[in-house]
Order: sequence, then C-alpha cells, then structure tokens
Amino acid sequence: MQINEKDKSNRPNENPVPSDENFTPLIVAFCCNWCSYAGADLAGSGRLSYPAEVKIIRVPCSCRVNPTFILRAFQKGADGVILAGCHPGDCHYSTGNYFTRRRMTLLFSMLDYMGIEKERTRVEWISAAEGAKFASTMNEFAEKINSLGKCRRLGDLRCV
Amino acid sequence: MNRIGVFVCHCGSNIAAAVDVKQVAEALGREQNVVFSAEYQYMCSENGQKLIKNAVKENALTGIVVCSCSPRMHEATFRKTASEAGINPYMVEIANIREQCSWVHKDITAATSKAIILGRAAIAKVRFNEPLTVGESGVTKRALVIGGGIAGIQTALDIADAGYKVDIVEKKPTIGGKMAQLDKTFPTLDCAACILTPKMVEAARHENIKLYTYSEVEEVKGYVGNFSVKIRKKARYVRENLCSGCGACALKCPSRNSGNEFNTGLDKRGAIYIPFAQAIPNIPVIDAEHCIKFRTGKCGLCQMNCAAQAIDFSQKDEIIEEKYGAIVAATGFDIINLDKFGEYGYKTYPDVVTSLEFERIMNAAGPTKGHLERPSDGRQPKTLVFVQCVGSRDTSGRGKEYCSKICCMYTAKHAMLTREKYPDTDVYVFYIDVRAPGKNFDEFYRRAAEQYGVHYIKGMVGKIYDDGNGNLMVRGSDIIANEQLTIKADMVILAAAAKPDDSARSLGTMLTASMDTNDFFTEAHPKLRPVESPTAGVFLSGFCQGPKDIPETVAQAGAAAVKVIGLLSKDRLKSNPCVARSDSLICSGCSNCEKVCPFGAITYADARVNDGTGMETRRVAVVNEAVCHGCGACAAACPSGAMDLMGFTSKQIFAEVDAVCR
Amino acid sequence: MTEYDLSLEAIRMSGVYPERCMKCGKCSGACPSYGEMEYHPHQFVDMISKGRIKELMESDSIYKCLSCFVCVERCPRNVFPANIVEAVRTLSERRQGADRISPDTLTEFIDGDTPQQLLMAVMRKYSK
Repeated sequence: MQINEKDKSNRPNENPVPSDENFTPLIVAFCCNWCSYAGADLAGSGRLSYPAEVKIIRVPCSCRVNPTFILRAFQKGADGVILAGCHPGDCHYSTGNYFTRRRMTLLFSMLDYMGIEKERTRVEWISAAEGAKFASTMNEFAEKINSLGKCRRLGDLRCV
Repeated sequence: MNRIGVFVCHCGSNIAAAVDVKQVAEALGREQNVVFSAEYQYMCSENGQKLIKNAVKENALTGIVVCSCSPRMHEATFRKTASEAGINPYMVEIANIREQCSWVHKDITAATSKAIILGRAAIAKVRFNEPLTVGESGVTKRALVIGGGIAGIQTALDIADAGYKVDIVEKKPTIGGKMAQLDKTFPTLDCAACILTPKMVEAARHENIKLYTYSEVEEVKGYVGNFSVKIRKKARYVRENLCSGCGACALKCPSRNSGNEFNTGLDKRGAIYIPFAQAIPNIPVIDAEHCIKFRTGKCGLCQMNCAAQAIDFSQKDEIIEEKYGAIVAATGFDIINLDKFGEYGYKTYPDVVTSLEFERIMNAAGPTKGHLERPSDGRQPKTLVFVQCVGSRDTSGRGKEYCSKICCMYTAKHAMLTREKYPDTDVYVFYIDVRAPGKNFDEFYRRAAEQYGVHYIKGMVGKIYDDGNGNLMVRGSDIIANEQLTIKADMVILAAAAKPDDSARSLGTMLTASMDTNDFFTEAHPKLRPVESPTAGVFLSGFCQGPKDIPETVAQAGAAAVKVIGLLSKDRLKSNPCVARSDSLICSGCSNCEKVCPFGAITYADARVNDGTGMETRRVAVVNEAVCHGCGACAAACPSGAMDLMGFTSKQIFAEVDAVCR
Repeated sequence: MTEYDLSLEAIRMSGVYPERCMKCGKCSGACPSYGEMEYHPHQFVDMISKGRIKELMESDSIYKCLSCFVCVERCPRNVFPANIVEAVRTLSERRQGADRISPDTLTEFIDGDTPQQLLMAVMRKYSK
C-alpha cells in the first residue's frame, strides 16, 4: 500500500536545493524481520539488483518503528525513508502492521506539513515471498527520491 | 567500556567478489570502540568460529559484529559461538553484507562503501546491546480440549494415549458433536454412529481423559505451559454420581413441548432428557425453561420415579478452576441461519429442509426411524430437489464468501442413498460447480450421476413457491441447456453454508487467538504451521480452523495432538529474551501499551518508586515476559519512552539510524 | 466506437464488474421474463464481458426485462445483471440519436407490442 497517493508535484518547492549532478540519495528502509527483511534476503538470493543507496535497518515488526526513528533519519540527512512490513492480515504478531498504517498516515501528513514532501516517505507491504517486489519497490522509490533531489534537513534545535 | 571485535566474512566469493572485504575490515577497525578487526573466508566454518573465539579471549571483547550473510541464516550460529567464547550471546550483531549488499550491487566501490556503512550501523548498535538471559518457565502436564465432537475426541484420545492428562469441555450434555447426528459418511457410506460411538466410549473410559459435558469455558488466563482456566459446569439437576442412566425419568416426564435439538427440532422431547441413546455420559439433563416443576413448582414426576434418587432440583452451576499447559480449540461448526434467503421459503414451507435435517430424516435412529417421510404430512416424497451453495460462495452479504467444502459430497451421498432406498423417486441436484477433490470423491459423485440416475442440473434455483395446491414449485435455470425450468417437487433439501460455531468468537477473545473475518481461527502459518494458533500454547483442531470433512478433521486432530504432546513433553520452556520492558520510574500508567498489545502481555500493578521527589506508589505497566512475543508495538506507542524492547531498544535503533546517515 | 469499446462503456455506465460472475445462473433461475427473452440474464453478463454488446443491443431481450431487479436481489456475487440491461438500453437509445423521439410524439409509438419498459425508459431520458 502506498500512503502518499496524491501527487503534489505541482506545488512549488519553497526552498529549492540546487540540483547536483553527483547527487546520490540516502535512503533508509525499516524492514520487519518476518516479511520484508526476508523479502530483501530473497531479492538478494535472486540477485535482483536495486540501488546501493538503500540501507536496511531490521526491526522485529513494522509497528516497532517509532515515528521519531523516521524523524531522526530525516534530521540526520536521509533523503527518503521507506517502511516495509507484512501484508495486512499477515502480520507475525497479528495486528502490528495495522498500527503502523495508522501511525504512518498521521506522521506522513505531518511531515508534509513540515515541508518534507510526502513522496519521501512510504509504507509498503512486502511479504517474505516477494523478493521481486522488494527490488522493484526500492528501484522505483530511489528513482522518485532522485527526481526530488536533496531533502531539506530538519534542524535539531538542541544542537544549535 | 565497550571492546568490539569485527569479523568480515568472504563467504567464498559470494561476498568477496563484489565487496572489497579487506577495505571493509580496515575501515571498520578504525571505528570507535573497535579493538579487533579481521576477515576470513568462511566465518561460519569451524575455523572461522575458532578465530572469533580466540579473538574474544585475547582481546577481552565485550561485543561482536559479524559482517556476513543474513542474520536469518547464521545469527544463531554466531550467538552460540559467543556463548562458547564466554560472552553473552545477545552481544552479537550481524551486518548483512551478502543478501543485502554483495548479491544485489554490481559496482564494487558502491557495494564496499555500503558494506562499511552496514558494518558501522551494527557497531553502533552493539555498543548499546545488553546481555540478555533466556527466561524459563515450567509446563503444566495437562491439556484442555474445547469441544467434544470428532475433532476434540480424536485430539484428546491421541494426547491421552501418549500418557498425558486431558480434559474435554463440551457445552452440550453429551459429546459426539455433529458427527453423531449424521447417518452415513461419504465416500464409503459407512455409518457415522458405528465409527464414532466406540471413540466416544473410549474417551469416557480412558484413565487420562476427564469429560466436562454441559460445561463452558468462562475465563482463560496465563500463557503457554501455564494456563489457568475457569470452567462453568452448568446444573443438570441430576446427580451424576447417583444416576444409573435408566431413562425412567425421561419416559415419565409430562412435558412434551421442547424441540429435540438432536433431531434438529423435527420432533419433541421431554423437559428431562438424554439427547440420544448412545449419549456419553448417559445421564439426563433437565431443561429448566420447559420443566413444569421449575415453571410452576408442581410436578416432580421424574424425582418420584427415580429409583436412584438422582434428581436434584436445587443443583447450582459449578465453577471449576484447573491449570493446563496447552489448549486445543475444537469448537466445530454449525449451519447458517436461512432467514435472509426468502426465495427458498425455508421458513414458510415445512417440506423445505436443510441437509442436516434431511440427515436426521434418513437416520434409522431419527424421528422417522429412517423412513423418508416429508415433515408436512408424513407422505413419502416422489420428487426431491437438492439445492447446493445455499449461502456459500456468496459475497452479497447474505451468506458466507467461502466454499463450505462438504456440501457437494454430502448432497451426492443423500441423492445416492435416496435413489438406492427408493428407486421410484426422482432426484434433482442444482449445482454451480461440483467440487470433489479427495480420495474417491469424484468417483463417488460420478457414481451418483451415472449409476444412480441422479439428475445434476448446472444452475441455481431462483424461487420456490406454492402453486396453490400445496405443491412446491422449484424454479431454476439450467444454464447448459439455456432454459428455465420449473420442477414440481415434494421436498426440497438446501445445502446451507457451514459456519464456525457461535461460541468460537468469544473463545478466540478469551484465548487471544486471532481469527479471520469469518470467525475461523487463524493458523500460525497457512502452509507450515496449520494446526497451531499464532498464540503460543493454543492449537486448532477441526472445522474451527476452516471447512473440513471427517477424514481431514481426524488428520488435523492427530496433528494438533502431536503438537500438544511435543509441548507437554518439555519440562521447561525457553522464552525469547527480546521482550518489552517497562521502566517504572518513567511509566505514567496511561494504558496505551496495554491497548496495543495483541497478546495481553501487559498488566498494571502498583509499584513503589522514587524518582527523586520521595517514595510514592504508582500504577505502572508490567510486562509478562513469558507472554510477550517481542513485536514492539507497545514501545512505539509509549508516549513517555518508558517502554522499550530488548534487543531493539530505541537507543540501538537511533544509533543505527545515525550510523547509516553519517 | 468499436464493439469492444462499447461494451467497456456499458460496463462503466452500469458500474458492474462482470468478472465477479461465477456463472451460477441464479439470476436466470429467478427471472420472471425468462421465457420471452432470446438472451437471458446470465448471458447478458457473459456477453458484455466478452464484448458482444451488438447482439445484445439488437435483440429485444433488453426490453423484455421488467427491471424488477430480482436478479440483483438474488445474485450471490453482487453482479447486478439488471444494471447491465439498463446501460445497454441507454447506449442503444443514444446511438439512435437523442432527438429521435420527442415526448409529444410518444403516443404514436404505442401499440400492443411495445414493451412498457421501453416507454418508461424513453420518457425518463427524453422528457427533460
């Protein structure tokens, strides 16, 4: 499922970042241990390539991902954050991904409000059998982030 | 002080071909707290593990990072190595540089720098790892089987034969379930009672089995190996220890107004009754709602006629508390209510019956002694119409969207038996598809059509109406002949959809066992763990997990029993130490975590805490480590950060994020 | 517009999803006008999903439908054959030109054989 369905590409970027020829995005992917992480492993055993910019962090369940983890990634310079979990109804812990879906819907609209485009965040359901889906999702997401360019850094007021 | 060792694996050429392992080892060796760094061809091999063990000893390592294949592959191996080397197995982190790096990235430079970043993330994480110890809990060597049908009986017998104690809880006054009501069984046509009643007797006589009939589970507490269950034993008003089962009371009972449930309401029974002749236990029960003594205070004929003095009108419900190590749900099925299917006139016409009613009509022990007589006037019907998929495969909201699985075969059986006993009857079957996948199933169905002359019509019945002369007119379509036809029928038999028993939903809630939208219990894995619920210690047997015929139910019952035996044979259960933990100093007792926990692992208790402002008593969250599965939903829901998940603490994940984004 | 596109248009207009049909024939088993039709409710669904709308438009079966909605009521899969009929009627009428029948001249077309359903549909569409 893709939460950010509405295309907001026609909205002017208030703080345009100068386009950089050598821009390589930094993408953080939170993957649940039972489905998506296994799906990533399957993409590996199937040698299905996706950009090296995608860095995976393993969590037991997508519902373990506290919204602050995503905020922290953006704060530290991530250009895109993707959260992958089991398909609705298939959660290893029965209901975890339902919480994820609700939490992230709220968080993503808040990020959008803060000036981080909705397209930089995404929730995907990828099962342990969907290696190909994992690779294609990452390819597509990386392409999207590439087209969006560098993300504006969230300031950490405590560090000023 | 952290002393971390980094071990980079070549995995032959699997990693080394796409990642410059030397460079990775060097780069990671320069990281803070890293005191040892090495690369080796196969880290998981005997020699590789020896290398790790030696490094731990020589450098007094406190944490280990292995850059290798997926943790799903060898995390357990390296944890064991760490343990053998004398450090806590949970001080190991794996950086997945094979499946998620060398295998998916072609460019060596990019893959190498990604491998370094993944290694850094693992190092950052392991700095915050805490030694964790695997918890242990005991196992109560007794199982509970909920439901006393063929599924429950078979599960209980198999567990009992292995030497473990089993209790069966059955809500009806007798065990036997739906199978006891059946006449013959497909595709062999052997008599259901002949194969079921010996099992019922065996269950009753077995030294390891205890029956709680006319009883219901009221409360389930605890966790795998240590369930505590409250069972309500409803008052029978008959003392079980005195009753001899002679049946004199039932004969003398003057009340004859209650529908006989065992015969699906086709005849009447007394207010005190034994459900059927072979009932186990063979002890009557008083239906207080219809009993004249209970309603008016005057009667007591049964009491006067009981030689054993077993009737006790003052009996009360009894609550029994028992401890169990494992619970098996075997709640079985029922058929759906046909109120919403007005077109078939089930409510209006007495001669439109369900297949279960037809089963009783055809049964030699049934209300008509096995003679085919229609309910309205007792005449022998000459034309029978069977309608399949009544409420099955229905997405309109009136029925169930799944296939009930058993209807095609029992309809073929009914049609065949009718034609065999009464060759002068015409039998029509309206079907959408005939589904007969099973050993000798299709042969059986074809025999009905070819040898017994049953007319199979592909199409559905749109309406059943009365032609004004008391004849049932069945209008349906034959879509192969492309015609609409109207059959004058004497009796119509509806293959009503089967659904999980109504008690399943509340039981599922009590067991915190997940269920699907149709109220079937969900299995832990649809292919590989079909008889286990995702809730540890809860197992599934029979129709409550999904539509099943008798052989499948018996097979699954055996499988569930094996899983139970496997659990009960252990003396101690090891639990996953990566569980949630709450900091009582920070916890505000808001209950957010309790609400999101799918396993009911979080409870509240009063704790004496001192956060610097003096000693006080606060309501704080407490995690039952044996019940917690470690999903982390609570940790993300906690507004104050009191709840954390061991092995995946917020600190650890923040450190990983920081390392990845550095 | 090709016949296939026309079928797609009818599917779009009716809002039905003909692939849901499991070909049980319950609609035809319930249809009170079955005997008068050349094509029957279950065939409407099949024909529209196979793009055979012309035959349907040319047949008077679509006007024999009483729009009693019994097929909609009984369908176990929410396919709604009656909605298809309504869409095909509309397409058929549109193809003949919206101004062909004016309400004032409607009486001229009434004879014993004209289905009442047709008059109702025409009135509804052209009286505005």
